[in-house]
Amino acid sequence: MMGKAVRERFEELKKNALKDFPGMDGKKGITIYVGTATCGRSAGSLEVLSSFEDILKTLNIEARIVQVGCHGHCYAEPMAVVSKPGWPPIMYGYLTPNRAQILIRRFFNEEDPALEWALGAMEENDIVPTVYETPRWSRERRWLLKNCGCIDPEDINHYIAVSGYEGLTCALKIEPLEIIEEIKKAGLRGLGGAGFDTWKKWDICRDAPEFPKYLICNADEGDPGAFMDRTILESDPHSIIEGMIIAGYAIGAESGYIYVRKEYPQAVSVLTTAVYQARELGLLGKNILDSKISFDIKINQGAGAFVCGEETALIASIEGKRGMPNPRPPYPANRGLWGKPTLINNVKTLASIPKILVYGNEKVSSVGMEGCMGTAVFALAGKIKNAGLVEIPFGTTLREIIFDIGGGVPPIIKVSNVAGELPKTIKKQFKAVQIGGPSGGCLPESLLDTPVCFDTIVETGAIMGSGGMVVLDEDNCAVETARYFLEFTQKESCGKCTFCRIGTKHMLNILADITQGAGIMEDLDLLEELAETVKQGSLCNLGKTAPNPILTTLCYFREEYEAHILDKRCPSLECKDLIAYYIIPEKCQRACDACVGSCPTEAIYTRRDRLKAIDQEKCVKCANCMDACPAQYDAVIKISPISQLPESEPRDDNRSN
Amino acid sequence: METLSLTINGKEIVAEKGKKVLWAALENGIFIPHLCSAGENSLPFGGCRLCFVEVEGKKEPVASCTEEVTDGMIVNTRTASVLRLVRMAFELIMSRHPIICRECPANKKCALQDISREMGFKLKPKKLPQILPDLPVDDSHSLFTYNPNLCVLCGLCVYICNEIVKEAILDFNFRGFITKVGTFQNRPLAKAKCNSCLKCVEACPVGALSRK
Repeated sequence: MMGKAVRERFEELKKNALKDFPGMDGKKGITIYVGTATCGRSAGSLEVLSSFEDILKTLNIEARIVQVGCHGHCYAEPMAVVSKPGWPPIMYGYLTPNRAQILIRRFFNEEDPALEWALGAMEENDIVPTVYETPRWSRERRWLLKNCGCIDPEDINHYIAVSGYEGLTCALKIEPLEIIEEIKKAGLRGLGGAGFDTWKKWDICRDAPEFPKYLICNADEGDPGAFMDRTILESDPHSIIEGMIIAGYAIGAESGYIYVRKEYPQAVSVLTTAVYQARELGLLGKNILDSKISFDIKINQGAGAFVCGEETALIASIEGKRGMPNPRPPYPANRGLWGKPTLINNVKTLASIPKILVYGNEKVSSVGMEGCMGTAVFALAGKIKNAGLVEIPFGTTLREIIFDIGGGVPPIIKVSNVAGELPKTIKKQFKAVQIGGPSGGCLPESLLDTPVCFDTIVETGAIMGSGGMVVLDEDNCAVETARYFLEFTQKESCGKCTFCRIGTKHMLNILADITQGAGIMEDLDLLEELAETVKQGSLCNLGKTAPNPILTTLCYFREEYEAHILDKRCPSLECKDLIAYYIIPEKCQRACDACVGSCPTEAIYTRRDRLKAIDQEKCVKCANCMDACPAQYDAVIKISPISQLPESEPRDDNRSN
Repeated sequence: METLSLTINGKEIVAEKGKKVLWAALENGIFIPHLCSAGENSLPFGGCRLCFVEVEGKKEPVASCTEEVTDGMIVNTRTASVLRLVRMAFELIMSRHPIICRECPANKKCALQDISREMGFKLKPKKLPQILPDLPVDDSHSLFTYNPNLCVLCGLCVYICNEIVKEAILDFNFRGFITKVGTFQNRPLAKAKCNSCLKCVEACPVGALSRK
């Protein structure tokens, strides 16, 4: 109906956008793309950026510097892509201001692309191997993250130049019901963690008789160790805005909210710019792209409550009330914001919408596995070599994600103080992966061949959640991990319902007792009963999922709980109250004093035989001596239970330490 | 008005369409423990988690304050799985509530005592240790006292103050275990411009808010 006018208007915008877009191919001169999302900035990318600017000025090279988002390779930040005519665009990682200068000098003065710092080329060529051949990229299927790190998120023209808002143009050509049908065929499920069929939610909301309707983008990502939404918000904000306009058209809503947490200041500022620019170009507001559709977006900042990620609490928060969940039903799709039908979707779900319309449902549903089609984005964190974001088709196994893509558990490297001696590498064993943050569970090695999908993960006792994956190694205690996550949920409980408010407190106390060696075996039964009843009885999903870390660790690592209780021993040597530091006399070196200076409490003394020993009374178990002890001696160890500590040798009275 | 019939604990009951199971049961003399419900005409709060019942055909017990009656519904209020949840919920509440009935202003008119009597639950928690807060008692108001240590966070006073009286003096403060009912910035009640309607005091099911 309005297809033609819309298409014409879009082509006009795209023509305009392409004029200014540098592109990766180097046809428009030298361009340097520096990743300045939050992860890049915290690794020092702004310093790298100004270093690039300085050197280009000094060498009188005319180049354009573009600030882009994050590619997801957070481990290699700060990163930059250098695109120089005659060369393929090359991606560099682990940059420092100094390296940036050297790189430019070598590349532009000596035609040497400094390949030792390169991660790979971004295009096929016969000079530099591409990044797509690396294990990480070759297993990834980058749809949601396609533009992340490749475009300037604060310039709408960049997004339009890479076919952004094409999905909207396709959507406006067809009827709302056809859009919902397309989403249904693509098999899209809510990527915020629950995995509810997106089309069903849309359909219910569309059918609800009341008007006006509202659309909310849930960008209140709060799980410790999850940062997928942040990256998309910061690197590709228009994909979310585009998804929202399409969703608004499909359900008949004319106003939308993005509920983003205040703790993401960069995301808030990028989004604000994006909404402003979209409005300027007529992509938001009245008569979008000269069609009859109107839609506008308001950005709402969350005040830092984890529970506001729960949809009813989120709605209460937007309404200006305390962020507390309400019983469902009524579901927000029938009775939500201001009592009107409201559709709430996660950032990733909404960002998927334009892709489905551009690629077509066949392509999207061709990857993944039955019941879970398309791709999922995970945030790898914890004891993993290549932390960052990965986007993989559903059905990829956990082992592939952690070991092939993430590079597995990194070893500990200990430096020797003997000149010329190589550092000692201590390999660490994988222990578990915590999926789904504080609401998820700890899965052991035996479950690593589980294919990733909403349903298979639930079977293991964890949940897919928003996609945070925290890898634990042999030095992480299962009980302490459960305690850590429970402390988080207890603090973040809104206090409304009995089970979550008081039940989690009791569970936390029991876990704290166990980690301190004050647990008894009966505690485990009580813990299990509490966990089960809290899971069943809580009002909202925060409470219902809070016991998951306990239930899964009790199921897969019960022997660790028992060791803590029965032997007062922490098998992973992490729980401070159950371990003691000890210097092995046979390994300790008389001439060395490295540990003495490292101790903040002067607990290390010299024995009569001039070896060192630790005064357990004074020791605060900070592990400094262990780090300070040179690799060639490696004399400091942790002992658990404390009762196995050998008797201490007397002090040399003639010495002060 | 459309009515439908259902069975609760084997007793056949006629109830209006749209009624919640909790009220249908209570009107017919079947006791279901509950603390946080402000009445049939208000939206259910769903906080106390005491009103669980089992509905045939549903896998898990459901909160009867949010469950609408349906025709031919078969409800049981005392099955093992219901009692397991309700007992634990009650025990959790009592693990944070000092058992000082004799000194308590609500003695003999306390909802917790009623539940204990009707359900045969002991007031003192059996499995859980008590974690009692030691919060200051607000004695500043001339007409009533607020003792947050006795509060069970049912939210009735908050509901009445905000939705019925529309004074918005009381709301929840803080998060997690230390959540408490209080005024804006936790000021003393006397300084909170309260209009002294005392509706919150009448609503309090325990001795947290009491007349002087």
